Amino acid sequence: MLTIENLNKSFGGLQAVRNCSFNIEEGTITGLIGPNGAGKTTTFSMIAGELVPTSGRIVFEDNDIAGLPTHEMFHRGIVRTFQIPHEFAKMTVLENLMVVPPEQPGERLFANWVSRGQVKRREHEVRDRAEDALDFLSIAHLGDEPAGNLSGGQKKLLELGRTMMTDAKLVLLDEPGAGVNPTLLLKIREMISRLREERDYTFCVIEHDMDLIASLCDPVIVLAEGTVLTQGTMAEVRSNPDVLDAYLGGGEEE
Amino acid sequence: MDQFYGIFLYIISLLTMGGIYAILALGLNIQWGFTGLFNAGIAGFFAIGAYVSAILTTAPSLRHLGGYELPYVVSFAAAMVVSGIIAWAVGKVCLKLRADYLAIATIGIAEIFRLILKNETWATNGPRGVSMIPKPFETLPEPWNHLCFLGLILAVIVVIYLLLETARNSPWGRVMTAIRENEKSAMAAGKDIEKFRMEAFVAGCMLMALAGAFIAHYLKFIGPNATDPLTSTFLVWVMLVVGGSANNRGAILGAFLMWTIWSASEILTSRLPDELAIRTAYIRIFLIGLALQIFLQRFPKGIFPEVRPKPERRQSVSDGVTDNATSR
Ligand SMILES: Nc1ncnc2c1ncn2[C@@H]1O[C@H](COP(=O)(O)OP(=O)(O)OP(=O)(O)O)[C@@H](O)[C@H]1O
Ligand SMILES: [Mg+2]
Repeated sequence: MLTIENLNKSFGGLQAVRNCSFNIEEGTITGLIGPNGAGKTTTFSMIAGELVPTSGRIVFEDNDIAGLPTHEMFHRGIVRTFQIPHEFAKMTVLENLMVVPPEQPGERLFANWVSRGQVKRREHEVRDRAEDALDFLSIAHLGDEPAGNLSGGQKKLLELGRTMMTDAKLVLLDEPGAGVNPTLLLKIREMISRLREERDYTFCVIEHDMDLIASLCDPVIVLAEGTVLTQGTMAEVRSNPDVLDAYLGGGEEE
Repeated sequence: MDQFYGIFLYIISLLTMGGIYAILALGLNIQWGFTGLFNAGIAGFFAIGAYVSAILTTAPSLRHLGGYELPYVVSFAAAMVVSGIIAWAVGKVCLKLRADYLAIATIGIAEIFRLILKNETWATNGPRGVSMIPKPFETLPEPWNHLCFLGLILAVIVVIYLLLETARNSPWGRVMTAIRENEKSAMAAGKDIEKFRMEAFVAGCMLMALAGAFIAHYLKFIGPNATDPLTSTFLVWVMLVVGGSANNRGAILGAFLMWTIWSASEILTSRLPDELAIRTAYIRIFLIGLALQIFLQRFPKGIFPEVRPKPERRQSVSDGVTDNATSR
């Protein structure tokens, strides 16, 4: 589904991603792990169109999409969440989700003045979909709160909610579990599996929580210093001496 | 009796000018309040509107381009369209820039317009400006001519207000707020933020040109000095901030309020002794600055702060199961 070929990204003198190549197969939940600063988030940002690669190709469904703007990636079906939550602070939690669905007729300024019925009908659909997502994430009681008032973990959930508001094909989750309590983490895990089955999403998940990765992801790709160290099933990766050396150590994780 | 009539006329002029500024403030509100675009070149778009409408309606004159004598509807529409097109071109270049650079770029562009208006004498009569601009309702007897002109402006404000409130409460307004709140996230939500910003920038500049057209016809004269950044750009910003950014009623209130203060400061400073009189210009600006300070101390978010529309909630089907409050 997605193939990355010889991707490079430098920030001034610092090369965050170097000659990185890997595949994400359709229908998988691919794990992306590696030490802090390995270039995981940077790779996501390039796939999602937020950063332009210094060189290399990103092929999504047979098209090279490297360097296209973010909204273009979104319309092709690539949606990402942020490691550090990026909520719309002054908008309510519900509005934060309602803004996401594409091609809302009311996004055209004139439609709001001339075809209000159509706009209103769509608003109801969008609202219902947002309410469903909030129910799923157990934050429906916060729907009317300004998103800026949420706790760190709740903001992570809102990030996840965003991916449920559109018919994405490939969802990139950047540490969905960081700062989320264990009960909810189980729920998120369940949600990811369910979304894959029910909606045919393909996932790529960055996580430092190895239990989450082990229970969800196959295959797992290990990045270190901007390049792929190895990939395979979690068991294979775990027993790889290079990975133990570079990241997992004696089974310890961050 | 005469004195009362004088006060009556003064109040009408106060409301008329306040109303023209309200249109400017509403225009800026679309850009800054809704979308977070820092336009520091209001004077430029104001001037474009004023000159376009003036030139299209005046009788032939050897001093400047003109003699088209078109109806007001056409000249007002043309003022807005020309300003919109120029805003589009400016936006193409500048909206890609970071917010603070947009401010600098728009200051520069407004100054360029001012210099063009001053120096392209064949078209604008240079520093002496365009005079004998016709004024709607001027053939009516006193004070009906003034009252009708005021009525026209107030009616225009009501229409703009209703249109903008609808826009603000719509999905369009929601996207605009999202862009203002978090650009990165708005992009991740699939919004073409450049396109949306362009819409806000163009719409705002069109309103500024409309205000410019009104001022040209109201004063019956327009010169490069009437589009001085101090009295247009700076004052409009103060109006919006005092009234309440991102609130249309705030923009309107702020305009009338600050214009009243600005105008009163003229009366005040005109009574000053001679040696101070030459400093009136500074003193008036100082008074406006002081007023801004006082209002912001009292109303840090403006007199009418932003109120985001709250979407109606769905009646909950499964109350009670959703109590997994989380924390880090
Ligand atoms: N915008 C930027 N400007 C400069 N350097 C950057 C930028 N973004 C990332 N980097 C650098 O690139 C390297 C890789 O960063 P990246 O965020 O991709 O790491 P990561 O694998 O996501 O780490 P973590 O697990 O801590 O989130 C780091 O050394 C970082 O300092
Ligand atoms: Mg990261």
